[in-house]
Amino acid sequence: MAGFWKRFRNDNLAMGVSLFLLMVITLAILAPLLAPYDPTAQNIIDKFQGPSLTHWFGTDQLGRDVFSRILFGGRVTILVSVLTMVVTIVIGTVLGVMAGYFRGTVDDVIMRICDIMLSFPSEVLILAIVGILGTGITNIVLATVIAKWAWYVRMIRSIVIQFMDSNYIRFAKVAGCSTGHIVRKHLLVGAIGEIAVLATLDTAAIILNISALSFLGLGVQPPTAEWGMMLNEAKNVMTTNPGQMLAPGMAIFLVVAAFNFLGDSIQEALNPKINRGFKTKRYSLLDSLFGRKKVVTE
Amino acid sequence: MANLLEIKDLEKSYLKVGVNFGGSRVKILNGVNLTIEAGSCVGLIGESGSGKSTLARLIMGLEKPDKGSILFEGIPAKQWIKNNKGKMSVVFQDYTASVNPRYTVVEAIAEPIYASGAVTDLDQRIDRLLVKVGLEHEIKNRYPHELSGGQLQRVCIARAIATNPRFIVLDEAISSLDVSVQSQILKLLHRLRIEMNITYLFVAHDLQAVSHLCNKILFLYQGQIVEELQSGELAMAKNKYARDLLASVIPFEV
Ligand SMILES: Nc1ncnc2c1ncn2[C@@H]1O[C@H](COP(=O)(O)OP(=O)(O)OP(=O)(O)O)[C@@H](O)[C@H]1O
Ligand SMILES: [Mg+2]
Repeated sequence: MAGFWKRFRNDNLAMGVSLFLLMVITLAILAPLLAPYDPTAQNIIDKFQGPSLTHWFGTDQLGRDVFSRILFGGRVTILVSVLTMVVTIVIGTVLGVMAGYFRGTVDDVIMRICDIMLSFPSEVLILAIVGILGTGITNIVLATVIAKWAWYVRMIRSIVIQFMDSNYIRFAKVAGCSTGHIVRKHLLVGAIGEIAVLATLDTAAIILNISALSFLGLGVQPPTAEWGMMLNEAKNVMTTNPGQMLAPGMAIFLVVAAFNFLGDSIQEALNPKINRGFKTKRYSLLDSLFGRKKVVTE
Repeated sequence: MANLLEIKDLEKSYLKVGVNFGGSRVKILNGVNLTIEAGSCVGLIGESGSGKSTLARLIMGLEKPDKGSILFEGIPAKQWIKNNKGKMSVVFQDYTASVNPRYTVVEAIAEPIYASGAVTDLDQRIDRLLVKVGLEHEIKNRYPHELSGGQLQRVCIARAIATNPRFIVLDEAISSLDVSVQSQILKLLHRLRIEMNITYLFVAHDLQAVSHLCNKILFLYQGQIVEELQSGELAMAKNKYARDLLASVIPFEV
């Protein structure tokens, strides 16, 4: 682990991205203290103002302060996404470790259920669930968790199976170590890095997902600020005031990109071998932005 | 002498990988019979892929056999292992993957001691074990990648004998060390066996190492034990496979 932190600290991009995310999350949490205006207070007379000292990011079609809305919107978008990610990862880890550790019948049952869940395309499944449960932030979180957990069980199970094949776990079993000890000391400690990579890359995907659902009007309901929904409202005035899309669009873009970069950096710091050839020249900025898996070539 | 371990008609097959969905199984072990006497050292020889490690894993209770029985002192293996925590242990060939890379030497050796329950004066116990396997104290807080192959294999041996086991499986425990270190480790293993009265199952694919250390040598070929020889009577092999193997190592007139 010591080597991990050292490599992580020496990676400028990783540190920059971590600082950026830390700042964004702090701003989101402290939004009520920092926001200069009430994010829902309307002032029709001042609508569509450009950036100025009084309104840093200008005002929207109802004269609300965009900067305050971005702060409060980040609160919803980021915190909801992180919450969704934590729930999915916990379910994925518990079931994945069970399947990978015990194998046999337990594994078969869990994996067959996962197969069923994975046979639905996840976007369609989310829309269907929101359709049944109704719109709203709780429901899209629920729908996202239901649509995604099976995939995480799969991933984490395959990570666990790799570890189960190692001789130190065989030794621990022969020595009579308890299941709890083996899971805690060998499996979780070993897999935590790879799970962290999954989690960060996934947060990016979930932010996009939740913004997209809000953009479609299925998630957060007005007048609550949320980035996807701000983008939706900006879309209505796109022809007359295209500048309205800039703030929420950039916010989503930057945070999603930052999470993807962070995921990649953690992966590189964990497995320095993957990146030997790329240290000076990042493989592809675009691949990283869109969370595409890189192909390892030596 | 009483038998510590008795194996009857053991069978094990694995699903063949990559052959469409036919689900054809390959039989790795096909009716293995063997006995290991308490206090003895039994060598198990066979070519690569003959199923030696598979047999070892079955004996240690890490996998279930398809058929047949494994009895320790008349009790089914699983039960015996449960009742006798820490009385069976193992040393693997691939020492680099045998110790959790996040464990220090001390943590690695302490693990089986904790697992067997009795934790009194842990520090002194670990010190004594290090002396026993010929390691210096200064390596105590090092991680596996900071040790040489020979040192790491000694750590594995220290860990294996930490709970005063009665039975140790050595799965090619010396095969991946270089020759001079091999003979040191062999001597160490021999000394420990005498001092602590441990029964060994010594798995190997080359005969030379085994013939020095073991009382009895078993030849595994095509899923069965085809020949069983006392170490003094190697020239008396009747089975063709065993004779070929012997002839390739020892220049007998066979
Ligand atoms: N879990 C498994 N699933 C499928 N096949 C396996 C499995 N474990 C072992 N085998 C197969 O069983 C055969 C015997 O393997 P095993 O490791 O027991 O051989 P070995 O005698 O120990 O060889 P070596 O001297 O190389 O260590 C091999 O053909 C191997 O491919
Ligand atoms: Mg083997």
